[in-house]
Amino acid sequence: MPVDQSLVGRVFPPTAPFEVTEDHVREFVAATGGDYDGGPAPATYPIVLAFDAMNAFLDAESIDLFRIVHGDQKFAYERPIVPGDVLSATLAVSSLRQIGGNDIIGTTSEITDADGTLVCSTSATLVHRGAEA
Amino acid sequence: MSLETQVYTVTRADLVRYADASGDQNPIHQDESVASSVGLPGVIAHGMYTMALAARAVATWFPGAEVVSLGCKFTNPVVVPAEGGVDVEVAGEAKEADGLTTVALTVTCAGQKVLGMPKAVVRG
Repeated sequence: MPVDQSLVGRVFPPTAPFEVTEDHVREFVAATGGDYDGGPAPATYPIVLAFDAMNAFLDAESIDLFRIVHGDQKFAYERPIVPGDVLSATLAVSSLRQIGGNDIIGTTSEITDADGTLVCSTSATLVHRGAEA
Repeated sequence: MSLETQVYTVTRADLVRYADASGDQNPIHQDESVASSVGLPGVIAHGMYTMALAARAVATWFPGAEVVSLGCKFTNPVVVPAEGGVDVEVAGEAKEADGLTTVALTVTCAGQKVLGMPKAVVRG
């Protein structure tokens, strides 16, 4: 079933505050084969927040995660993320179109710290593969 | 300036670990039957996994440099076999201007580009 067109422009509630810990950054770095010895989190770490926001969005719209393939991802950083940061992501749907039975969903997520200051802006295109795919 | 190509091996166990660390438990990255059911050629790496490898190469080339932006399209899947692993190669070309270095990346798996226009900008 195609995704509802009225979603465009909708802003979803911020995700629950998430505290960045050294242990979690280490786990994230280790998963991609690296070693973490303190300091800023790696550049793709904000996906943890953006993914949390995306999951909430998919749940709210009853979209199956297994039908989602990632089309693109961009990050623009205001500052590096470091352990001790308490972050939250706010997702908005920026565009929606249908191509060949798939929904192409454009999203942006703004990641802010405990003071509400912008830390990172991300955008992602999600390809929702139709049931007949 | 050409940067030294980095080669990383990706296994299914890495994908399970990454799923736990990132929160992305999409079964297409772990379960062959679910992946096939949505028309994929097999279990594929998270696009973000491959992007993380690209970022890891940038961090290796420019240790300690602040990343200003990072982006790519996910153009071809990295299919990860049940046994052993698959190699992902990250190559880069750097250009400096106005205190920022732009790194044009080329990320390939089995000779095929898997990311579209991957690019990182670092300070310094």
